[in-house]
Amino acid sequence: MAEVRLDNVTRQFGSVVAVNAINLTIADGEFVALLGPSGCGKTTTLRLIAGLEQADGGHMYIGDRDVTNLPPRDRDIAMVFQDYALYPHMTILDNIGYPLKVRGTPRAELTKRVTEVAERLQIGNLLQRRPGQLSGGQQQRASVARAVVYHAQVFLFDEPLSNLDAKLRVEARAFLKRLQHELDVTAVYVTHDQAEAMALADRIAVMNHGRIMQLGAPLEVYRRPQNLFVASFIGSPPMNLLPCRVDLGARRLVFAGGAALEMTGMMERLPASLRDGEMVTLGIRPEHITIRETAGASTLPVKVYVTEPLGGESLVITQMGDLLISIRLFQDEPPSLPDAVWLELNMTHTFLYGAEGELMR
Amino acid sequence: MNRMSPLARAGLFLLAILLGLFFVLPMLWLITAPLNPRTTLSVTLPSQPSLDNFRAVFDNGFAIRALLVNNLIIGGGAMVLVAVVATLASYSLSRTRVPGSKLLVYVLILFSSVVSGTAAMVPIFLLAYNLGLINEHIGVILVMTGGLLPSAIFIMRDFVDSIPRSYEEAALVCGASPRRTFWDVAMPLVRPGVLVVAIWAFVNAWGAFLVPLVLLRSPEKMPASIAFYSFYTEAGTPNLPLVSAYAFLYTIPVLLLYLIINWRFGFRFFGGIKR
Ligand SMILES: Nc1ncnc2c1ncn2[C@@H]1O[C@H](COP(=O)(O)OP(=O)(O)OP(=O)(O)O)[C@@H](O)[C@H]1O
Ligand SMILES: [Mg+2]
Repeated sequence: MAEVRLDNVTRQFGSVVAVNAINLTIADGEFVALLGPSGCGKTTTLRLIAGLEQADGGHMYIGDRDVTNLPPRDRDIAMVFQDYALYPHMTILDNIGYPLKVRGTPRAELTKRVTEVAERLQIGNLLQRRPGQLSGGQQQRASVARAVVYHAQVFLFDEPLSNLDAKLRVEARAFLKRLQHELDVTAVYVTHDQAEAMALADRIAVMNHGRIMQLGAPLEVYRRPQNLFVASFIGSPPMNLLPCRVDLGARRLVFAGGAALEMTGMMERLPASLRDGEMVTLGIRPEHITIRETAGASTLPVKVYVTEPLGGESLVITQMGDLLISIRLFQDEPPSLPDAVWLELNMTHTFLYGAEGELMR
Repeated sequence: MNRMSPLARAGLFLLAILLGLFFVLPMLWLITAPLNPRTTLSVTLPSQPSLDNFRAVFDNGFAIRALLVNNLIIGGGAMVLVAVVATLASYSLSRTRVPGSKLLVYVLILFSSVVSGTAAMVPIFLLAYNLGLINEHIGVILVMTGGLLPSAIFIMRDFVDSIPRSYEEAALVCGASPRRTFWDVAMPLVRPGVLVVAIWAFVNAWGAFLVPLVLLRSPEKMPASIAFYSFYTEAGTPNLPLVSAYAFLYTIPVLLLYLIINWRFGFRFFGGIKR
């Protein structure tokens, strides 16, 4: 077990900065998910830790060793690949046992240890098969077994579940979480599925354009997105983000089209630097909006655009000017609504983001 | 499938049959002619099939030595050399980022037709002469290898490129050295490609005519392609029965090699990567 530390690590491909001066410390035994849109540099970060990519700048440490210039095999890591990368010409036994074979483990002990691990992952009866004869879920477990069998200090996962169907994915997710707790290893887990990141990780690093936009516990990231990017990325559907102008005199937020909201409930938390007339973005999650059929003292007039039943809950999507605002209702059937309704926002659950996208309060 | 009128269908069949015949006829000749004591250039079932032609060919020590010794040395040598060098070269070209490596291979391919072609025979002869490789099998092997390598590398690199790197990366991460990774993981995966290239090189070197003709001197070192002339009369007319028997023998090693490799290793590639 060991701590993993990235210190200003950068990786460039030509003019593309895939990983941009990342600082990240992963505690001993911690499970950190790298989450972000396609192309944001998650895989590259993971491969840097693995030593499969060379950093163009910065340093990396595993435990108290500087591993920046060490080849992968000297880093004491295990990795599960997105495509599993099981060697097609070897049996599952030889696949899982390969790391042991490389370490010169005698055949008898190798077989014993592989069998133990395989039994635990419920693929003990498949050891004589070849990868091509296994289902997706079984291949995934075989590749996890190959990573587990040699007790590495750090586990790296690159979207290991993305090739599984939805049901299997939830199963495998729970299984991985149990396994990580049992083994108590340090793990870095790349995914673009936020539900997966939320479910598995102790902390989530949300990435964009090669940078970490926010690092924190799943609920912390959900409850307090530090910037517009995280706000727009986390949550499904994500937070409503409404551009508006600050009118400090009238203590109101004024939206395009003239609608306005009173700032009561959020006044005391406003930054001192907020200037009159400043353009900001108001953020509010869909579950913190109430629909009214009559106008109130501080409501937004909207048109109902569509309603979507989602099973346990339903979604009402409304339109104000060219902005879409979604409202989540915890009822399985969407209510029948008149065309024009008013939205009441729970101002204690709103966020203000400045012109640079930074959280203001 | 869209429907065809019976007439169009019949026409298509006829065309297919004609095309098939066109390619099958020479094969038929190759099988029937050697058994016929009075072979002509037409395909006829011999009325009294006999092995006399083969007996006569086996009595020609020069031709048999050419086939069983010289051709095997040249074909086998070029095969091994091309396979080994092409594998190593294409692997490193595929797995490392060398600017301009693609262009390099294209240029080499362009020039390779020159190397074993007629135009370069004089310089190649001079080169071989100065290196003391005249009348040596190794000289023929080297020149053939030089001519075949670029295309071999080209074929192989495509093949290596199509093998996901994550196999090798998985091995590197779990503790294998790069050399070990190459032997344990990369090599078994590229083996079908190596076999294809090896056979292709063997066939090419087996049938080589010009290069051995120019570089070899002594009759006992000549390969079979040249030994065919021992079945010609002094006036230059071929003794067709013997030529056909010799030609038949000439094709056997190539077929055997293909069958053995196919049986032993199989030209198959089993997936194991989830796509
Ligand atoms: N070998 C490479 N050569 C050139 N550019 C690369 C290479 N690998 C990655 N990149 C670029 O670096 C950026 C980050 O890529 P990376 O694979 O890390 O993204 P990712 O976050 O894993 O995306 P995804 O979710 O699609 O897997 C991308 O713009 C990508 O095009
Ligand atoms: Mg990726």
